[in-house]
Amino acid sequence: MSRSSLRTPLARARGLGSAHSGVGSFISERATSVALVPLTLWAVYAGIRLGQGGYDGAVAFLQSPLNAVMAALLVFVSALHMKMGMQVIIEDYIHLPRSKLPALLLNSGLCWLAAAIGVFSILKVALVGVGAH
Amino acid sequence: MSQLRADAAGPGAVRARPMSPFLGVWRWHVTMAASICTRVSGGALYVGLLIVVGLALSLAAGPDAYNRYAGLLGSPLGLLILFGITVANFYHLAAGVRHLAFDSGKGFLPTTANITAWLCFAFAIVASVTVFAIGLMLRA
Repeated sequence: MSRSSLRTPLARARGLGSAHSGVGSFISERATSVALVPLTLWAVYAGIRLGQGGYDGAVAFLQSPLNAVMAALLVFVSALHMKMGMQVIIEDYIHLPRSKLPALLLNSGLCWLAAAIGVFSILKVALVGVGAH
Repeated sequence: MSQLRADAAGPGAVRARPMSPFLGVWRWHVTMAASICTRVSGGALYVGLLIVVGLALSLAAGPDAYNRYAGLLGSPLGLLILFGITVANFYHLAAGVRHLAFDSGKGFLPTTANITAWLCFAFAIVASVTVFAIGLMLRA
């Protein structure tokens, strides 16, 4: 064997292969995709309804239990899906560790923050209704 | 090139790691445009969800905040942005279903892939114009 280095082939290969954690991500991406088919169609319906009624109409809309649950699911599942999607984009295009890690952390933080604020706001309106701000 | 040079340098050299394809290496084709638009529309929907969360937050904050926020969304620029998000939503939805078919091993014939790519674009435009027309008519 002609090698210019004393490192073994195994040492060179180690850390460069599969991370063995891809299957979970793959399944989560597809599962959230399937869930978002009905949820995004509902979002279009919600957008049309919210365009009509003003503040009172919007509160009344979210006080329907079905609408509140659909809205909360839409925000939560979308946040999970977009976190994974943006993570793939970051991993594809940003290769410098000093900008990649902050970008990944910012993406995770932003998505979880959006999910928390969205679900909390929807539940507050659904449970408390008008005039409790 | 760097790949070739690393190979020529012998087995001891560190080979360049494979990288994801980027815009510069593709000839224009409807399937590549569909692929790129899936990613771009996903990015637009990222912003879209943040706008939706802002709307929910303003609704929870009370009528003044909600009316101000809804007023911004109802302005010409706001409606233009909402229309863009609607197009992105319908495109990403159709492209997502197309990719679920790909994941199950279906739709890889070049003619099929071309036709479904065009269908995604057509669906996005027709559905968005229809929904926006309905939304604006009900609003008036």
